[in-house]
Amino acid sequence: MHDVNTLAWIILLLPLLVAASILFGLKKMPGLSALLSTGSVLITLVCSILLFSATGKAVPVTWISIFEFKVNIGLLVGGDKDPLAKGMMFIVTFIGTLVHIFSLGYMKDDDGKARYFAGLSIFMFSMTGIVLADNLVMMFIFWELVGVSSYILIGHWYNKDSAADAAKKAFLTNRIGDFGFMIGILLVWVLTKQIEFAKFTPEIVANAAKSPLFDIAIIAIFCGAIGKSAQVPLHVWLPDAMEGPTPVSALIHAATMVAAGVFMLARVSALIGASELAATVILWTGAITALVAALMALQQNDIKRILAYSTLSQLGYMVMAQGIAGQGADAGMFHLYTHAFFKALLFLGAGAIIFGCHHEQNIWKMGGLRKKMPFTFWTFAIGTAALIAVPGTSGFFSKEGILHAAHAAGHDFPWVIGLIVAFLTPFYMTRLFIVTFLGKSRTENADHAKEVPQIMFVPLVILAVLALFSAYKPIAKFLQAKGYAHAPEIDPTFGWSLFGLIAGVGLAIWIYKGREKERINIPLFANKFYIDEIYNGLIAIFQDAIAGLLDFIDRFVIDPVVARFPAMTAFTAGSFFRLFQVGNLQGYTFLFGAGVVALIWFLLF
Amino acid sequence: MPSSLEILVFLPILAALAIGFGAPARFTAIGAAIINLGIGLVAAKSYNVNIEGGAVFQLESSRVLLESPKLALAFGVDGMSLILMLLTVIVTLAAVWASPAESKIKGSPKLYYISSLLIAAGALGAFLSTDLFFLYAFHELALIPTFLMIGMYGHGKNRKRTAWTITIYLGVGSLILLAGLIALFVNIGQNDTFSIAEMIVRAQDSETMIPEATQSWIYLLLLVGFGVLVSLFPFHSWAPDAYADAPTPISMLHAGVLKKFGLYGLIRIAGPMLPAGAEKWMNLVLVLLLGNIIILGLVTIAQKRLDRMIGMSSVMHMGYVFLGVVAGGTIGISGAVLLMFAHGVSIALLFALAGSLRERFGSLEFDKLGGGLGKLVPKLGLLFGFAAFASIGLPGFANFAAEVMIFFGAFQPMEANAPLSFLQWAAIISLWGVVISAVYMLRAFRKIFKGPLTTTETPKDMSWNERVPALLLIVSLMLVGFYPEILLKYLRPALESLTLIGS
Repeated sequence: MHDVNTLAWIILLLPLLVAASILFGLKKMPGLSALLSTGSVLITLVCSILLFSATGKAVPVTWISIFEFKVNIGLLVGGDKDPLAKGMMFIVTFIGTLVHIFSLGYMKDDDGKARYFAGLSIFMFSMTGIVLADNLVMMFIFWELVGVSSYILIGHWYNKDSAADAAKKAFLTNRIGDFGFMIGILLVWVLTKQIEFAKFTPEIVANAAKSPLFDIAIIAIFCGAIGKSAQVPLHVWLPDAMEGPTPVSALIHAATMVAAGVFMLARVSALIGASELAATVILWTGAITALVAALMALQQNDIKRILAYSTLSQLGYMVMAQGIAGQGADAGMFHLYTHAFFKALLFLGAGAIIFGCHHEQNIWKMGGLRKKMPFTFWTFAIGTAALIAVPGTSGFFSKEGILHAAHAAGHDFPWVIGLIVAFLTPFYMTRLFIVTFLGKSRTENADHAKEVPQIMFVPLVILAVLALFSAYKPIAKFLQAKGYAHAPEIDPTFGWSLFGLIAGVGLAIWIYKGREKERINIPLFANKFYIDEIYNGLIAIFQDAIAGLLDFIDRFVIDPVVARFPAMTAFTAGSFFRLFQVGNLQGYTFLFGAGVVALIWFLLF
Repeated sequence: MPSSLEILVFLPILAALAIGFGAPARFTAIGAAIINLGIGLVAAKSYNVNIEGGAVFQLESSRVLLESPKLALAFGVDGMSLILMLLTVIVTLAAVWASPAESKIKGSPKLYYISSLLIAAGALGAFLSTDLFFLYAFHELALIPTFLMIGMYGHGKNRKRTAWTITIYLGVGSLILLAGLIALFVNIGQNDTFSIAEMIVRAQDSETMIPEATQSWIYLLLLVGFGVLVSLFPFHSWAPDAYADAPTPISMLHAGVLKKFGLYGLIRIAGPMLPAGAEKWMNLVLVLLLGNIIILGLVTIAQKRLDRMIGMSSVMHMGYVFLGVVAGGTIGISGAVLLMFAHGVSIALLFALAGSLRERFGSLEFDKLGGGLGKLVPKLGLLFGFAAFASIGLPGFANFAAEVMIFFGAFQPMEANAPLSFLQWAAIISLWGVVISAVYMLRAFRKIFKGPLTTTETPKDMSWNERVPALLLIVSLMLVGFYPEILLKYLRPALESLTLIGS
């Protein structure tokens, strides 16, 4: 069984099989569907663990082949040369398994339970496809499929307007990113004549980089990551995606899918390394996203949205890292791993809170949950500690890695932005924590909150342990991460981020401890810099208004000018035609047919 | 003994005759369509995909009707016509199956089913003919019942006017096309043969090829003639109304199958016989296809009725096929042919499902349909979701594979260090159409099936008679989407010979 080929294909195809059988057969058996889906992801987890020690190569299947143009469905899990896929695959199947288990409790009585688990299985299929893809086109295929599974799951409660709109928005925003991604793939293909990752050798890349189009090609590819990893300016879909069930937010919109952009950039790091301009664009996009999202997080009141903005901000860190030459890509992937654990933990914790508070999501309507939900409280505290990078937790080491890399590469300004974010994050997370768990219960729902069923504890405990320790050597090495915990170096990065941590937490305690409602009010942040409003305006003008105008022109200008006017002229002017105007359709078509018959007759006899 | 291809073409006609003489209409039509699907698959199976050079068409049959000029009722397939033949038999079965039961048809149910069968026969004849004359004649044969059906069985109060519009519009288009074909016939050799294979050989022989200036104007005639039939911008305004007002099986057959004739003709005839003409008008076609994709794509967004929106989207997607045709080359042409198949199946699916919606809720206006219908008719909602995502080119459906190939095709001729040519710019702009089509499809899906339920009606979910054709189409799309090789293998020999690519 320790054969890469078998394992990889099982990981890829098993979830698809399960999804198909639920969708086309087991829809009326939600219990069985849930078990099948959970069982399948458990099997893929086992396979992905075995994959670490597996040998051999996966045999590709030809997808398209037109002479020299070949696109394979090939699974790239190379030996030691390619730890990327193995580590990522473990993260995906591991978090996937926990989220499935959590969902067994969370979605227990949902009407669309079978559909929900089918959606999760489709997602697992698509996500593993991205991880295993050995070429750009195949990655794009699963990239789009991940988009549609996200669409299905965000819109799970499709009879809610907000959920239906959020799903649509997520898919469309991602498509805009994919527009760029595809252009990038095409240009890279023209410049290198290759689409397989393994073929981007230094010589080929160096040769391609001579073309003035190379920078544009790489930036275009990066557009895909902007969409999927929700970077500014395409970040708007992720907060809305919180309309989906909370376990979905944990799996897809925190730990795995949104990290796919970072993963993809790491996959093509050989290409990025050859384009200074693209690297700069990536660096700055990441830095700006990290900052802007953190600022927006300061003023949100919905627990899931706060976490969503923090996800954006952390993704900003990871993307920024991909733009740093040298150690950047590895540091970014390391943060991806640790973040996957602690952010999944936070989201599942939030899910437990929402579940316990009868679907209340506004933190100001909670309070005092420490005593009502002690278990959730402690695990959430651990997740928060990792996110705000308390020294010793996993989040601390991985974030330090990125900031170090930025500092070492001389990117001073992004480095400073990173440090500001390292102050903002503790601030808003402490706010969230105090308002939710401490003080007195502010509403009936919070007062009657109950701890969640035990099946939901299991994932929380496991994730809490990993949030603390995943950066330490045994685990990090197991993940084949290129970075692990070490004694902190006393340098400016460490000093400033520690200062940011203490200042952020202290300030938040000072402002929010014992408060009943929000004390500061910054409309610009609360309204997310009005970006959604601006986009809606732009869509109204540049899409809907122009579409309406073109529709008008099409009906009342093009049709008359091209068709009706010439037709009328011909019919009124030509008495010849008048002979044929017998006035009814049957007559006309009869003549039409008679003409053809006559022609055949004439030719034959 | 008639050849398999002759049976394919004439079986629907015989079935139509049988219905005329009193055979049960629906039963006979579905039976004939099933048999035809079987014959089509067998024919595909017996097609030798490993042939190198040599014979251009396979499974040939020929009944010479006239020695000089050589005119024969001749059939044969190469990769392209084989794929279009498969498209026709699949969509035909779906269309007759999705037709209403005899008792529900207002007017004569016989004529209803006869018309569908005749359209199928005409389309098959046009795609399988290896003789220019019959290629044209069979297409005309298919158009007539199309016109009649819209006028007699169509929806909406404007159906007569719509029927007139499409009749005159396509009639004029066919006339222009006829003029072009006659000019072609006269200018190739000594007007002594209608055999397409022979004409191509002559057109590519430097001794007998048509002079460039002549090629240029003939190509323009063919472009406009075929273009009208495929609704190339700006000759498209017949399409959305016709598809919206036509009875469901007719929309399925025309948008799905018959419309591909124009593209088929451009690739089969205009491309190989008039390479210089194609080169000369390349930029014009690029501009027009951008009109299809971008301008009409935006117009599609503005539609307020589902049937018109689907009709318009079908017009829009023709732009991509044109892009593949203009790109030429092995990848572009393969993509174009694959997209003809994919689009044909997916648009038929959309019209079938729209028909199911109309039957239940009486109207297809977004405002009247309300929303949240997914709760009421979940099976219809699920299948519509499949159709919508197929149509916007989601991987896993044939449409995606085809579109990707077309885009790669557009970049195939580009040198590594060259700047972008107009072809590549057009491809990049066309790519934006992928966003546009997602916008209108997901908006429609959202408006109709999602959100709170508003209607008080409680119709039944889809019956098996509606589900079978839909599933047939979905399975076809996914088979090709997951494994495009299933069709591409037929194309390879044709790409190597002269039938598809100029020398």
